[in-house]
Amino acid sequence: MDALDLARWQFGITTVYHYFFVPITIGLSLLVAIMQTQWMRTRNTQWLRLTKFFGKLFTINFALGLVTGIVQEFQFGMNWSDYSRFVGDIFGAPLAIEALLAFFLESTFLGLWIFGWGRIPEKLHAACIWLVHIGTVLSAYFILAANSFMQNPVGYEINPDTGRAELTDFLAVLTNKVQLVTFPHVLTAAYMTGGAFVLTFALWHLWRRQTPSVDKPMYRKAARLGAVAVLIAGAGAAVTGDLQGKIMTEVQPMKMAAAEALYEDVPEGEGAPFSIITVGTLDGDEEVWAITVPKLLSYLATGSFEGAVEGIDHIQDRYELTYAGSELTAADDYRPVIPVTYWSFRLMIGLGLAAMAVAVAVLWRLRGKGEPDDETRMSHPLWAWVATAVVFMPLLANSFGWIFTEMGRQPWLVMGLMTTRTGVSPGTTTGEVLTSLSVFTLLYGALAVVEVKLLLRYGRAGAEQVPEDASYDPSDRDDDDAYVFTY
Amino acid sequence: MELTTIWFVLIAVLWIGYFCLEGFDYGVGMLLPVLGRDETPSGDDDGGTGHTGETRRRQMLSAIGPFWDGNEVWLLTAGGAIFAAFPHWYATLFSGFYLPLLLILVGLILRGIGLEYRGKVDSATWRARMDTMVVVGSFVPALLWGVAFTNIVSGVPIDADMEYVGGFWNLLNPAALLGGLTTLTLFLTHGALFVALKTDGQLRHDARALALRLGLAAAALAVLWLGLLHLRTGTPLSWTVAGVAALSLVGGLVLAARGREGWGFTGTFVAIGLATASLFLALFPDVMPSSLDPAWSLTATNASSSQKTLGIMTVVALVFTPVMLLYTAWSYWTFRKRISGHHIPTEVHHAAVEPQPTAPTGR
Repeated sequence: MDALDLARWQFGITTVYHYFFVPITIGLSLLVAIMQTQWMRTRNTQWLRLTKFFGKLFTINFALGLVTGIVQEFQFGMNWSDYSRFVGDIFGAPLAIEALLAFFLESTFLGLWIFGWGRIPEKLHAACIWLVHIGTVLSAYFILAANSFMQNPVGYEINPDTGRAELTDFLAVLTNKVQLVTFPHVLTAAYMTGGAFVLTFALWHLWRRQTPSVDKPMYRKAARLGAVAVLIAGAGAAVTGDLQGKIMTEVQPMKMAAAEALYEDVPEGEGAPFSIITVGTLDGDEEVWAITVPKLLSYLATGSFEGAVEGIDHIQDRYELTYAGSELTAADDYRPVIPVTYWSFRLMIGLGLAAMAVAVAVLWRLRGKGEPDDETRMSHPLWAWVATAVVFMPLLANSFGWIFTEMGRQPWLVMGLMTTRTGVSPGTTTGEVLTSLSVFTLLYGALAVVEVKLLLRYGRAGAEQVPEDASYDPSDRDDDDAYVFTY
Repeated sequence: MELTTIWFVLIAVLWIGYFCLEGFDYGVGMLLPVLGRDETPSGDDDGGTGHTGETRRRQMLSAIGPFWDGNEVWLLTAGGAIFAAFPHWYATLFSGFYLPLLLILVGLILRGIGLEYRGKVDSATWRARMDTMVVVGSFVPALLWGVAFTNIVSGVPIDADMEYVGGFWNLLNPAALLGGLTTLTLFLTHGALFVALKTDGQLRHDARALALRLGLAAAALAVLWLGLLHLRTGTPLSWTVAGVAALSLVGGLVLAARGREGWGFTGTFVAIGLATASLFLALFPDVMPSSLDPAWSLTATNASSSQKTLGIMTVVALVFTPVMLLYTAWSYWTFRKRISGHHIPTEVHHAAVEPQPTAPTGR
């Protein structure tokens, strides 16, 4: 393990961890905003109770997303200073804009929303959570623009005097074709995660006997909202993911070939198959056993069932010829770790589909208007397992998606311009990186335990009671009354 | 004005915003065990209504509650802006000051979690643990930013390849530690005055009295530290600004002593802002001077991004910064009222409580 390996592990660990909270933040802020808007429209206190319940879970989750996000921004400079020097001219701008446009919006209006119950007019208060959501979406856009540049550099030229990539067209960076499919894909995946998060707590309360039966219809509302979100967003994620595959084949053919562990070229007209599962090795030898769908890979990669797909070996040869000449782009091996790309790609798709299947089952089970048997509909023990599992499906699908896209890019840091090993900080010692890696891993592990405990605690407690005529308008309150929320 | 100069100024503004705003959050966080003690010298607060140290702590934390997260974004924006406008500065600074930044990150993580989670479990032990995280997490950045900026302004070993070659212990020189102590006491004073301005009852008076004592120490340290720095690298302008900073600190303390907490807080606010400005004035046109060879120093010119990037960033900054300032100001206006003991809900009502199951009803 040298500083480079450690820095890579650190980036992987901190990024995957940070991304457990990001999609929940994006997705849940939308659903809480919808719940609160529903309450404003109908004055049905069930929606208010759900707003406050999921609002609390949202803040518990947001706190960790926030504090782990700071590490992400500092990390480029700390561990990847040569990368920062090389692409800072292009890569830094979206990060700065993200902070100025999105982070201020998110944190200021979340503060107003959390502390503003009863202190700002109701409509304005509801607008605050919508603005938080808009902030999360803007944040996603700019950070993904930066990542898309790494997958497919555009709008730049290499300046021979400074030896770095410099911006020529900022609009091209913001409308990178990879970005235009990645952004909706990430956003829909986040909405799936938010929906599944709501589904988990709602299903669990529907199943649970201790939950007051008068509350069951309220959790039923939440379950249906969550399931609809998972379903609509899941469809969106599938469509955008498919488009992403076509673009990826065009700009990162190695990644697509590695997704299937396809070593040999498949010529036009033959139709490359897609394997659902393979038992055996993935190193190009004959597999022992596999379930394959004929011609599907050709379709995923090219949009035609007969399309030609280039294999790993051929791309490797091509890249050696193209890139071997320069220190920044030379590598022994232009292949990512094939088992990782193969399995992460499948797990991403499989877990996403599983979440959609749960959503369909829930909607079917909870169809129709409220009937007297509401309480018993979800009482089968199986639902407790489904409730527990459903949030992890999109959550892990998100993780595997990122693992696939980032590890599938290897050995490149910026596709075709800079290999990962040349981007690491030259002056940083192994001891320093090892220290920070250990500190973050231990700290993050401890925080995960605390977070899960809190979520369980609040989840179990359920939505708190509110008076039937609940109002949060400041005009209904006295200046000397205790505030609705304080630390 | 050159684009590089404009961005040097903008980044100075971001750091000024960060220290002026987040400075009082750190101060309030560190003063939790002092101003929020269970046994206060003044005996029972608020004329015997039985408000305990816990109520005082909740008043203090609720005073910064809606703001601290937004204030922290100034740091994130400063970091992002340095990355975008001066990539070499970002790369040298962040990879060179590796361990201090790691400590700052850990501090910020502990503090954020402590603030957000302390009220989430109704147990005194839990709250005490979270308070400790807030105290430590406020102390570390308050101290280390002073250390970092003293080093930046006075120069550190940077080689011909723009790499920092000084190691960790080199950053803990006496001048830098003096800088750390100065920012620490300045933020403590700033935080105490913020508590005096934003709370009511005995806590307000205790905070004001403490601010005066802390302020004297801060003023002495600040004069020493700024004098030392500007003797090395100062210009007439930076000397002037540093002098005005010292005057506003002293003026603020005098006014606070007369019960004008608003003016007192304005005094520390301006003092911290101008002290930071004076550092950047002393620094210009360098962004990270090299102590090995002036020719190897990072300057606003040789560390900068291309004109194209700077131009685009300038437009974005000019359009969106005013918008951000407007809603930030609105947030401060919304929560402008002082927080008294009776504003704090008696039960920790947002901590989770298990509901009692009710008998099923047929609806």
